[in-house]
Amino acid sequence: MPRGLSYSVMNSLARIKHLYARAGFGLNVDKLAQYQRLSVKHAVDELFRSSDFSQPLSLLTANQTYQMADRADKTDTLTRKMFLQEQRQQEKDLNLAWLNQMSSTEAVLREKMVLFWHNHFACRTQNPWYAQQLNNIQRDNALGNFKTLLLQVSQSPAMLQFLNNQQNRKGHPNENFARELMELFTIGRGNYTEQDIKESARAFTGWGFNNKGEFVMRAGQHDDGSKTFMGQSGNFKGEDIIDIILQKKQTAVFICTKLYRYLVNDTPDKAHVNAMADLLYNGNYELSPVLKYVFTADWFYAPANVGNLIKSPIDLIVGLNRQFYITYNNPEVMMQFERALGQVLFYPPNVAGWPGGKNWIDSSSLMYRLKIPSTVLNNGIIDFHGKADPEDEALLAGMPNRKQVKTQAQSTADWDKFLAGIPKGTTKEQVAEVLLSPEINSNLKSVIVQSGSIKSMVVELVSTPEYQLC
Amino acid sequence: MKRRDFLKSSALASGVFLIPSFLKPFEAMASNELSGFKNLVIIQLSGGNDGLNTIVPYGNDIYYQKRKTIAIKQPDLIKLNDMQALNPNLAALKELYDQGWMSIINSVGYPNPDRSHFRSMDIWQTASASDQFLTTGWIGRYLDANCAVNKNPYTAVEVDDTLSLALKGSKMKGIAVQNPGKLYSNTREPFFKELVNEHNDNLNEDNLGYLYKTMIETYSSADYIQQTSKTYQTKAEYPQTAFANQLKSVAKFINSGLKTRVYYVSLSGFDTHTTQINQQGRQLKVYGEAVAAFIKDLKQSGRLDDTLVMTFSEFGRRVEQNASDGTDHGTANNVMLFGGKLNKQGIYNNAPNLTQLDNGDLKYEIDFRNIYATLLDKWLNVNNSTVLNSGFRAMDFV
Repeated sequence: MPRGLSYSVMNSLARIKHLYARAGFGLNVDKLAQYQRLSVKHAVDELFRSSDFSQPLSLLTANQTYQMADRADKTDTLTRKMFLQEQRQQEKDLNLAWLNQMSSTEAVLREKMVLFWHNHFACRTQNPWYAQQLNNIQRDNALGNFKTLLLQVSQSPAMLQFLNNQQNRKGHPNENFARELMELFTIGRGNYTEQDIKESARAFTGWGFNNKGEFVMRAGQHDDGSKTFMGQSGNFKGEDIIDIILQKKQTAVFICTKLYRYLVNDTPDKAHVNAMADLLYNGNYELSPVLKYVFTADWFYAPANVGNLIKSPIDLIVGLNRQFYITYNNPEVMMQFERALGQVLFYPPNVAGWPGGKNWIDSSSLMYRLKIPSTVLNNGIIDFHGKADPEDEALLAGMPNRKQVKTQAQSTADWDKFLAGIPKGTTKEQVAEVLLSPEINSNLKSVIVQSGSIKSMVVELVSTPEYQLC
Repeated sequence: MKRRDFLKSSALASGVFLIPSFLKPFEAMASNELSGFKNLVIIQLSGGNDGLNTIVPYGNDIYYQKRKTIAIKQPDLIKLNDMQALNPNLAALKELYDQGWMSIINSVGYPNPDRSHFRSMDIWQTASASDQFLTTGWIGRYLDANCAVNKNPYTAVEVDDTLSLALKGSKMKGIAVQNPGKLYSNTREPFFKELVNEHNDNLNEDNLGYLYKTMIETYSSADYIQQTSKTYQTKAEYPQTAFANQLKSVAKFINSGLKTRVYYVSLSGFDTHTTQINQQGRQLKVYGEAVAAFIKDLKQSGRLDDTLVMTFSEFGRRVEQNASDGTDHGTANNVMLFGGKLNKQGIYNNAPNLTQLDNGDLKYEIDFRNIYATLLDKWLNVNNSTVLNSGFRAMDFV
C-alpha cells in the first residue's frame, strides 16, 4: 500500500493540504472550512494573489553600521567591541524579524520562495544593512524574473563583498564571483571551463559598491579588452556574461532541478524537470509560470511526492508558530532552535547553502526536532548549549566566563484559537490529517484513538517523526 | 502506558529524570580485552588560534620585531629547543613533551587559504580543497567507508550538544553526546520509547524510514553509551572547566571500553583581534591543563598507547600584530599531537619561516590532508583515498 492517499481518490482537501505544505508553511485548521471546497486551480490562484505584494523587511533604515565604522577609531578596543556587539544584535533582530514575517504573513508562497533564494544565493555578510538589502532583493523577485533576480543579487554589496568582487580589478582579477556564479548560481559544474572562469572574471572587473551600499561600475578598474567566453568573443561586460550563461538551456535545467528538490522530491524526475526547464527557458526565465505549472501538475500530487520531504528547521519552527499561534516572551529562543537544528538564517554553512534533505538529520538534531514542538506548546525548558558560530569567536574571546544556556521556551500557544478554528463535526482523525503530511498508519491511529483530548493528541502527534515531514 | 505521562514529561524536556536504577550495569571489560583498540581524539580550537604565540619561535628575531607589544619575553617561555618554546600558559604540557607524548607539526595549511572563519573551518572539517564544497565531513566519510564493520553511530562521538559537519557522512553520521545520562533519559521518555518499539521492523528506504532508523539507532546508542561508560569510575583529577569535563568524558568512554574510534571535542574563544595576551593565555591554560590531565589519566589506565590526540585550528594568525594588541586572521598554523606511540616525538619539522611570507602570512609546508591521510591509513586502518578522494600521501608521525 503506497504512502499517502491513493492518487486517484486523493480528495480535494488532501491536495490543498499538500499544496500548502510545499508552497507555504502548512495549512491551519481554521482554514479547513474555507479551503476544503476549493479546487486546486483556485487554491493556486489564491496563493499567488496573497503573495502579490512584496512586504520588505524594514528593520534597518540606513547603513548605520558603516557610518559608525567610519567614525569609530577601529584601534580603540572598547569602540570596536561595542561596534561588533551592535552589529551582532542587529543580525539577531533581522533574523527574528524575518522569522516573524514568515510566521505571520499571508504571502506564504513569496516567503517560502525567499527562503529558497536565500539558500540558492547563499551569502554571509557582517553588515546587517547589506543582509537586509539582499533579503529584500530576493523577496521582490522571488516570484518574478530569474534574470532580474540574478543581476540584482550579483550587484548587491553583500554578494560583491562576500565573493570578493570588490577586489576584482583590471590586471588583478579575482575569480571568486565568476566561479560561484557558474558553479552554484546558474549552470552547475561540468558546463564551463577554467578558462571560462578566467575570462568572465575579467568581465566583472570594476563591479563594486560605494559607502551608501549602492552598486557602482568603477570604469577605471574595468578590463574592457576582448574576452572569449563559452565560445563567444567580444568586449564583454558582466551583463553580457550573464546573458550568455542564460542562453544555455542547462541553466534552466539547473535552476529547475533545485526547485524540484525544494518543492517536490529529493530525487529529481528528469521528465518533470525538463518540462519545467522548457517553461522557464522559453518564458524568458519568468518564475511564476513554472511554479504554477508545478502546483497544478498531476504528478505534484502523486503519492510518491506527498509527505516525503524533511522539513527544514525553518519550515518546522514557522509551521509551528503558524499552526498554533505561538507567541514568545523571549523570541531569541527561536534562534536557539535554529542553532540546535542547524539552520541559522543569514548564516549558511558556505556559499553552497544548506544541503537539506537527510542532511538535516542526525541523532541530536532529531532528538531536538522531536522535543521542540511539545516544548513550545507546553512552555517547557530547553537545555541547550551548542556551538558558537565561528563568526562569533571574536566576541567570545572577550568573554571570560560563558555560562551554559538553559532557556525556558516561554512560549504561549493560543489553544483557544486553535480549538475554536476546528470546524464543527470534525473528527479527531481529520484534525490529525491536517497536522501530518504522511499517511496515518495504524500506530498513529492508536495514538489518536487513545488520546484523552484533542490537545493531548496534538502534543503527541507533533512529537512524532511523521510531523518532521511535509 | 499512561499518556498523561508524556504531557508531563515534555514540560520538563531537559532530561531531569534520573537513570532508572533497576538497569544492571554491564560487566566492565577486562583491560586486556581493550588494549589494541585504537582511538583518535580530535580537539578543535575555534576562532583561529595564534600558533606563533602558542609554540613561540623565540629563536627568530623577526618574531620580536613584528610583535612589539604581544611577543612573549624569553624568560617567561618554556623552551623546547633553541628555536621554539611553549607559551607559559601551556606549562602543563611540558611534562608530556618530556615524556615523548607530544609532537608538534609546524606550518600546516592548504593551497589558496581562506581567511573566513566559517569557510576555513568548513575546509578543515570536510577536507575539501579551497574551491570545493563538500556536504560531508571527513570523519563522516570514514564512517561511510567503514560502515560494513562499524555500523553504529557511536563509532564517532562528539562530546557536545550538536554534531559537527566533520562527523556527518552520507550514509552514516556520528553521535553528539554531551552527557550520557541525559541522552539516555531523553530517549527513554515513554512516548518515544513506544514509537521506537512500534517501529522496529519494516523500515522503508524513504525519508520516514530514515527518521525512524535514526531514532532507533539513537535509542540503542544512548543505551550502549550509558551502560558502558558508567562501569568506569574516573579516579584522575581534572581541572574545573567545561573543556576539561569534556575530555574527562572522553577518557571515561575510552577507559570503559566504548567501541568508539573517533572522539571530537572543541574549545572556542581564540579569535583574538584585541588584547590577545590575556584572552589567548586564558584559553591556552584551559586547553593545556585539561589535555595534561587527560593524557595522564590514560597513561594511568594503560590506554595511552592506543590513543592519538590531534589539535587543530581553522587557521593561524598574521605574523605581524595589529594596532589593538591582537592579531588578525592568517593562514598556516601548527598542529599538536599527543599519544603514547608517537613515531617522531617532539618537534616534527622546522619552525615556521618568518622571512619568506605570502603577503604577510606564513606559507604552509604540510597540507592538513596529509595529516588526515596518516591518521586514516596508519591509525584507523582505512585506505585514505576512500575518504580523501585525491589520495594524499601519509606521513610518518605514527
